[in-house]
Amino acid sequence: MHEYPITLEIIRIAEEAARGQGAERVEKIALVIGDLSGYVGESVHMYFDEISKGTACEGCELEITRIRPKVKCRNCGHMFERKPFSFECPLCGGTAMPTKIGSEFYIDHIEVSKYKEMGHGDGKDRRQTVDIRQE
Amino acid sequence: METERIDVKQSIYDRNDEIAHGVNREMTLRGSLMINVMGAPGAGKTSTIRMIAGRIGLPCAVIEGDIESDIDTQTLNAAGISTYQINTHGACHLDAPTVRGAVNAFGLPEGGVVFIENIGNLVCPAEFTIGEHAKMLIVTATDGSDKPYKYPLAFEKADIIVLNKADLLPYVDFDESFFMAGVRALNASAPVVKTSARNGEGADEIAKWIIEKKMSLGV
Repeated sequence: MHEYPITLEIIRIAEEAARGQGAERVEKIALVIGDLSGYVGESVHMYFDEISKGTACEGCELEITRIRPKVKCRNCGHMFERKPFSFECPLCGGTAMPTKIGSEFYIDHIEVSKYKEMGHGDGKDRRQTVDIRQE
Repeated sequence: METERIDVKQSIYDRNDEIAHGVNREMTLRGSLMINVMGAPGAGKTSTIRMIAGRIGLPCAVIEGDIESDIDTQTLNAAGISTYQINTHGACHLDAPTVRGAVNAFGLPEGGVVFIENIGNLVCPAEFTIGEHAKMLIVTATDGSDKPYKYPLAFEKADIIVLNKADLLPYVDFDESFFMAGVRALNASAPVVKTSARNGEGADEIAKWIIEKKMSLGV
């Protein structure tokens, strides 16, 4: 249930953006999900295949970029991925605080076409998840 | 195939946040402070609301979120606290459209305090704003002291953190310094109040915080 309503919203935003440009079909959605958002790319993929049926997004590529959370040391400013059960900075031993990195949840861009029909039909799995560790 | 790229850069939460903003504005105009009460199942969200509502000295109401049942609503109504039940039938958190529906349907007080008791869950309720002026996180001595490290977002977003079932602290292995180190790494300013919904410990302190919050926000 968790990813279902949010997947509907992803499709709604993509369709609205496509129609705003006079496009009939969404060929690709580039989604960015931080781990702290609580949403799981694989689950979004699963719902997306079902929910997108009959919409302008049916059969489109869903590229999900996953962002690992980073915290920032209050003492020296170093940004790092924290270890479980710790907020200790690996450089100076200071205590880290949360940052916005890792709470992302947005559509970065879409790719659209003027074709009404599904463009691909080659049976390839177009789902992909990119794991990004920001430096 | 010819495709065209469109930069969207739109948060998936945008529509939710817009509706939440509308609810918040309406509550401010009514002069009522709205508090989003979050916590795991069994943390004592209903008991804490019942404990503090009578001590605020202003009209209080509750929007009660549960997956199923109206047990908590019956408890609160029996205590004389006007309560409106939402059943999400599986959804693990309340979102702003759901709260908007409840606000429209329910006669909420003017110049008072409205508690929204979120679904029992330490994860997704923290991700959604639902129109509140403040978030109250309720955790317990029996949950264990590692919760800030495991559920960081809930602690980061809280405006006040209630450590309930504090009367059980002598009987459980709760490492308070480990707990507070995690809390303060995530949240430098939220007060942490020890409470017991069994004996009323901490109730006056929370009621005082709520009244001060209402005044400081000009609600």
